[in-house]
Amino acid sequence: MAERVDYAAILTEPLIRQNPVTLQILGICSALAVTTTLATALTMSISLTVVLTLSAGLISAIRRHIPNTIRLIVQIVIIAALVIVIDQVLQAYFAEISRALSVYVGLITTNCLVLGRTEAYARHHAPPAAMVDAFGNGLGYSLVLLVIGGLRELFGKGELFGAQVLPLADAGGWFTPLSLMLLAPSAFFLLGLLVWAVRSRVPEQIEPPEHTPPLRTEPAE
Amino acid sequence: MAGPDRNPWRRLLALPNESRAKTVLVAFLVSAVCAALVSGATVLLRPIQAANRAAEERAQIAALVQGIPGMADLLAQSGGTLSTAVIALESGRAAADVTPATLNATLADPANWTALAPGADLAGLGQRPDYAQVFLLRDGDAVSLVLLPLSGRGYGGRIDAILALRGDMNTIAGLAVTQHSETPGLGARIEERSWQASFPGTELRDGRGEMRFRVARGPASGVHEVDGITGATRTGSGVTGMVRFWLGPDGYGPFLDAIARGEF
Repeated sequence: MAERVDYAAILTEPLIRQNPVTLQILGICSALAVTTTLATALTMSISLTVVLTLSAGLISAIRRHIPNTIRLIVQIVIIAALVIVIDQVLQAYFAEISRALSVYVGLITTNCLVLGRTEAYARHHAPPAAMVDAFGNGLGYSLVLLVIGGLRELFGKGELFGAQVLPLADAGGWFTPLSLMLLAPSAFFLLGLLVWAVRSRVPEQIEPPEHTPPLRTEPAE
Repeated sequence: MAGPDRNPWRRLLALPNESRAKTVLVAFLVSAVCAALVSGATVLLRPIQAANRAAEERAQIAALVQGIPGMADLLAQSGGTLSTAVIALESGRAAADVTPATLNATLADPANWTALAPGADLAGLGQRPDYAQVFLLRDGDAVSLVLLPLSGRGYGGRIDAILALRGDMNTIAGLAVTQHSETPGLGARIEERSWQASFPGTELRDGRGEMRFRVARGPASGVHEVDGITGATRTGSGVTGMVRFWLGPDGYGPFLDAIARGEF
């Protein structure tokens, strides 16, 4: 255990190069569902980052004592307990945002990003490294959520964090809101464009094609 | 990685991870710690959550009253406030010894609840309180609007709502859903203004006094129906049962009769 751990690299790697959402396409269900406004996206990001970091720390702290046969259920129980606590805190102190997030805070439990990091990283590393890795992944997830949430709120309502940025045509301005941006499909489009943009900057993320098209295609008659 | 641990604080921890005793111990400890964490958070935060819900309910009552046409003027005439009363549901009269301040303490006593027979339990509640807090608006001597809290069982859980009735005690003036746990995008649309907008003007009973109100399975047909929500049939029938139960003889029926007789 004498080798030095490069915390800076662990923290920054998941931001773009190993981003859990755009590279591994993990946790996109919630990423699509809560990004209609920046406020919900930010709350969801913070909740997920807190759950991810704490669960990674806890699981890493007891990693030498988790029997292999029940390791998944132990991890899920710890994650679920943290999620319930976060949900209760949100309901108490951020009642309005908690209503907007509805079931999606509870669904952090089943977010593959959380279980993925605890299973792949926290189980094999010391608590500081595991927590830094989890925090970095949480930030990577947050980055994607905030970009998509910001774009959707800006073009869907002309607002950022609820404040009018673009003058609406209804109120004498020039901007006509794109209602599509407030619907779920737009999040798919934006996420797809984001993945494309990232991969054209970082070409090593491009996956090899799973199928090679046949060279000669006979038209079916 | 999983070698024997030299940590002295428990001999059991030194057992191999795959042994049965260790597996049971770890499972038990993790569950116990998590259970303590969850219950602690729930118990500590419940007062704040209850205060939030109460504030939201007040805001919704205010919004409900403001949203009823002509009601803002009436409110201004009557001094701008609704009067509050706790009624005994069985007799339909004002409760003698229960005030809004002591209502919660009274309802904490199971003796003040009445079990419902399965046939009468349209709202799926199992039991109903003997006392309820209602809000009244008077125009001169007559009651011109009454706000009744309702609760019933929807698809995902309990639905709480407030129904506003006009002075004839038959025409709905509005509905506000204060709490629910229906499916987002389907049943949860009961909290949307656009759906609640189909309530005002809907009538509860027909000319012979028979309860006809229901949430339709599609667009409303007739004056006794409101539009259904596509894909949320059980939420709709939950709302139907809730309104029918609470405005029927086991709910506010005696109270509404007392108002109609001019006794209130």
